[in-house]
Amino acid sequence: MGVEGIGARVVRKEDKRFITGKGRYVDDIKLLGMTHAHFIRSPHAHARVKGIDSSAALKMPGVVAVLTGQQLVDDKVGNLICGWAITSKDGSPMKMGAWPAMAPETVRFVGQAVAVVIADSKNLARDAAEAVVVDYEELPAVADMHAAIKAGAPQLHPEAPGNQVYDWVIGDEGAVSAAFSKAANVVKLDVTNNRLAPNAMEPRAAIADYDAAEEHFTLYTTSQNPHVARLVLSAFYNIAPEHKLRVIAPDVGGGFGSKIFIYPEEMVALWASKKVGRPVKWTGDRTEAFLTDAHGRDHVTHAEMAFDASNKIIGLKVKTYANFGAYMSLFSSSVPTYLYATLLSGQYNIPAIHAEVIGVYTNTTPVDAYRGAGRPEASYLIERLMETAARQLKVDPAQLRRTNFITQFPHQTPVIMAYDTGDFNASLDAAMKAIDYAGFAARKAQAKSQGKLRGIGVSCYIEACGIAPSKAVGSLGAGVGLWESAEVRVNPVGTIEILTGSHSHGQGHETTFCQLVADRLGVPISQVSIVHGDTDKVQFGMGTYGSRSAAVGLTAILKAMEKVESKARKIAAHALEASEADIVIENGEFKVTGTDKAIAFPMVALAAYTAHNLPDGMEPGLKESAFYDPTNFTFPAGTYICELEVDAGTGKTSFVNFVAADDFGRLINPMIVEGQVHGGLVQGIGQALLEHAIYDANGQPVTASFMDYAMPRADDVPSFNLSHTTTLCPGNPLGIKGCGEAGAIGASAAVINAITDAIGKNNLEMPATPDRVWRTINAA
Amino acid sequence: MYQTTYHRASSVDEAASLFGKSSEAKFLAGGQTLLPVMKQRLAGPSDVIDLGKIKDMIGVEASGDTLTIKAATPHYDVATSDTAKKAIPALAYLASLIGDPAVRYRGTIGGSIANNDPAADYPAALLALDATVKTNKRSIAAGDFFKGLFTTALEDGEIITAVSFPVPAKAGYAKMRHPASRFALTAVFVAQTKSGEIRVAATGASQSGVMRVGAIEAALKANWSPSALDSISIPASGLLADIHGTAEYRANLVKVMAQRAVAAAG
Ligand SMILES: Cc1cc2nc3c(=O)[nH]c(=O)nc-3n(C[C@H](O)[C@H](O)[C@H](O)COP(=O)(O)OP(=O)(O)OC[C@H]3O[C@@H](n4cnc5c(N)ncnc54)[C@H](O)[C@@H]3O)c2cc1C
Repeated sequence: MGVEGIGARVVRKEDKRFITGKGRYVDDIKLLGMTHAHFIRSPHAHARVKGIDSSAALKMPGVVAVLTGQQLVDDKVGNLICGWAITSKDGSPMKMGAWPAMAPETVRFVGQAVAVVIADSKNLARDAAEAVVVDYEELPAVADMHAAIKAGAPQLHPEAPGNQVYDWVIGDEGAVSAAFSKAANVVKLDVTNNRLAPNAMEPRAAIADYDAAEEHFTLYTTSQNPHVARLVLSAFYNIAPEHKLRVIAPDVGGGFGSKIFIYPEEMVALWASKKVGRPVKWTGDRTEAFLTDAHGRDHVTHAEMAFDASNKIIGLKVKTYANFGAYMSLFSSSVPTYLYATLLSGQYNIPAIHAEVIGVYTNTTPVDAYRGAGRPEASYLIERLMETAARQLKVDPAQLRRTNFITQFPHQTPVIMAYDTGDFNASLDAAMKAIDYAGFAARKAQAKSQGKLRGIGVSCYIEACGIAPSKAVGSLGAGVGLWESAEVRVNPVGTIEILTGSHSHGQGHETTFCQLVADRLGVPISQVSIVHGDTDKVQFGMGTYGSRSAAVGLTAILKAMEKVESKARKIAAHALEASEADIVIENGEFKVTGTDKAIAFPMVALAAYTAHNLPDGMEPGLKESAFYDPTNFTFPAGTYICELEVDAGTGKTSFVNFVAADDFGRLINPMIVEGQVHGGLVQGIGQALLEHAIYDANGQPVTASFMDYAMPRADDVPSFNLSHTTTLCPGNPLGIKGCGEAGAIGASAAVINAITDAIGKNNLEMPATPDRVWRTINAA
Repeated sequence: MYQTTYHRASSVDEAASLFGKSSEAKFLAGGQTLLPVMKQRLAGPSDVIDLGKIKDMIGVEASGDTLTIKAATPHYDVATSDTAKKAIPALAYLASLIGDPAVRYRGTIGGSIANNDPAADYPAALLALDATVKTNKRSIAAGDFFKGLFTTALEDGEIITAVSFPVPAKAGYAKMRHPASRFALTAVFVAQTKSGEIRVAATGASQSGVMRVGAIEAALKANWSPSALDSISIPASGLLADIHGTAEYRANLVKVMAQRAVAAAG
């Protein structure tokens, strides 16, 4: 491995610029003649736009233009798309309402843009926006999912009667009924998976620059997948063909899924820059982030699990209502279906599963993938069910899980996924040992003697990552393939540039991806640079989400590296007058095995480019590319156990210990992996204890600032105790499973299981705020 | 933010006269309330007069039985002041619980009480300790100063210069933090004056701002101990209710925080 190779705790290369304030984010970029956009957004959750009077605004200083939704229609700019087609159980396609980038006729959530002011400065644009008069006719709104599907509810889209997007099913209903009819015990649970606002540290931003001479656009944007952005912007919105549109995602300050999607603002900025003939910049503020960044989660579920007399699970049925908000965002349709219901088997052998998912429109911000995307909802449901079952069946919760673990691999679940490998007992054992599970009863008694309510909660999660095999997702309705690309460019002096279709917005690719090269060639990582985030520099790629960058993106780099090495070996063999089969690569040198003959890698590179002495017929140069399409998902899994105390007087939770035992397959950089787990756990704990995006009955957001929306802070979370158990992923050569989302997927259930254990009552919704816990303790 | 003109006053008199000369002026201290409101364009003062650099308005002093905190003293200075910690440790402790470090380095006692947020910390201390608010015009007893939500006895252009606190025999503060804002979801300050009077004030609880809690004062007068409050029940009517706490929950917190404040006071 070497000091900088795979498995080394290498300090992040990118941190120097980040911690010295030298990162380059979209808002840091200033172009000559740049104008500033300010969007005029609906204060109503549902209203008809009867007219927009911008005459006064247009006379104000510095105002360049006021553009409206009607002008978008006139210019034939396309509506936003949803890229995953889902089919309802009756065979009908999902019902999508049109989503124009600015509403010409009807607004359907608070914050939806109706017009944009373009001015010489941000402040002038805001001043002028206050002078634009929008005449709204308010319509009845509905924010609650159950209210939305009732007869007589306000209707959002004519295309979707009853506000229903789809009614989708998976699994074998007959097999499930048969299982339930012979069950010894049935456990039932209703759970709500609370809506979250992602809140990346950097708000979304875009700068669009139209070059009239070349009829070419450049878009700087906060994107997790600039190529996908370019594809969608050109293929569907009629703004520019792909070769006339360059998308650059420079440093991006966090995404968590919310920056996967193509939003109205970047489309409007592009279109407006051509209209006004000057670059247009938009930087969202925190309020706009709360109102318009796609939210996450928001499920309401009823589930029943059937057990036989030996406490083995024999069947599971699930009915979930998923709130999509007012419009179908880019990947939204896949989240509560193929990313959720396909993981309902958890870590358990469940012979029969049936799930029904009903997608619902409401007058709220659109909901889409957010760290974990569907998998946290599945894991939370299953792990709450297992804990509930253990309480009902009066067995130890860890033991009940063990009784039902899948132990033979590969394992085909009844809900599409085929788990390739894992050792669920190993991670459960590691976590139980780390928290001294056996000693818990004594600690609980001790706490009780001091008037404290102590609880312990287990969560054994599994997720499907490394998304995804293109053919498989294509057959399930995906509009794109989910492979990744890489190009390895060796320079004549032997330094290396890796061009990757993955995008780093906090993940540390500039370090981990170099570690692979260091590992293989023995060159220092300072000799390697990672190029990403610019469609003009990098070949087409799919971007970063779904814990795919190492499992898929790095594997693509490996494939390209293998080609480079193969050619370099030939060059070295030729130069050393040896047989290619005898060349080994060690510490940056190509050696003839068993001799002291060697040639340093930079000399091989130079030879490739001078081309003075290459093997006959060989092309000059040393540059290779690869596209890698995974053969399966990867299946990171693990056990989280949380021990905490509840203050009965206030309902406040304090952590005593939190242990995580994860199986991520091979780790490239354990320090970065730990950082990913820490962040994920904090998000999972945030969901369990603090975060909730709330609307009132009329669709007005109640939590549109940090004064009301509780983000976890450092002192809200414990110091985590992490460990790893490893089964290598057989699906990719490096054995990587991915680690980006695990924490957010597994943590919430551990916390709620522990609180409900502490207070001795099983029914408690997230977020378990002190008020809610106190009321649950004191409920009759 | 709307256009505004910034002035840095070097004395209280200069600040008062600048205020008189501008059409719609606002005093600025730590800016932790005023600036966010201006950035959201919910306030657009023509002039902003900065009090934060007036030397006479900064400092913590004790003399005899009185602790004086000058109005532009940041929360951090109070929290870490040896003088404050010695005279009224509960007050220094209260200051250490306000917001987060950034807010404590900037925000001031004068700004806090002038703003009179119904969930702010200082108002509870002023009321329970029977403090006096000193302005450039007069002295106002805490009981007369706070007039309900975001309302005080201050007249237009009047400047708070200091707050003086009689040093109590015992005092304690207990706060349940609002999970998002970190203001008081409910917090209670209890004090026993040197003459034996019991004063208890709760913040974050009532719909009409900081309040004395008579039932708790009476119970503690009879028996200064947390258990004296065991059988007390605070009515939920008139209490705040929002997504972070129902009125019933806040009623419970008034009692529980009072018990913990008494325990802390010793
Ligand atoms: C994130 C956050 C968390 C917070 N958490 C808490 C908390 O937990 N507890 C808490 O109590 N507070 C909290 N605050 C508020 C904080 O304490 C502020 O310091 C306080 O509200 C205002 O003080 P300031 O000095 O910043 O005043 P400014 O914002 O400068 O002014 C506020 C108002 O007071 C007026 N004013 C200021 N000084 C004087 C004076 N000397 N005479 C007359 N009028 C004056 C101003 O004109 C203005 O109207 C929080 C604030 C933030 C931003």
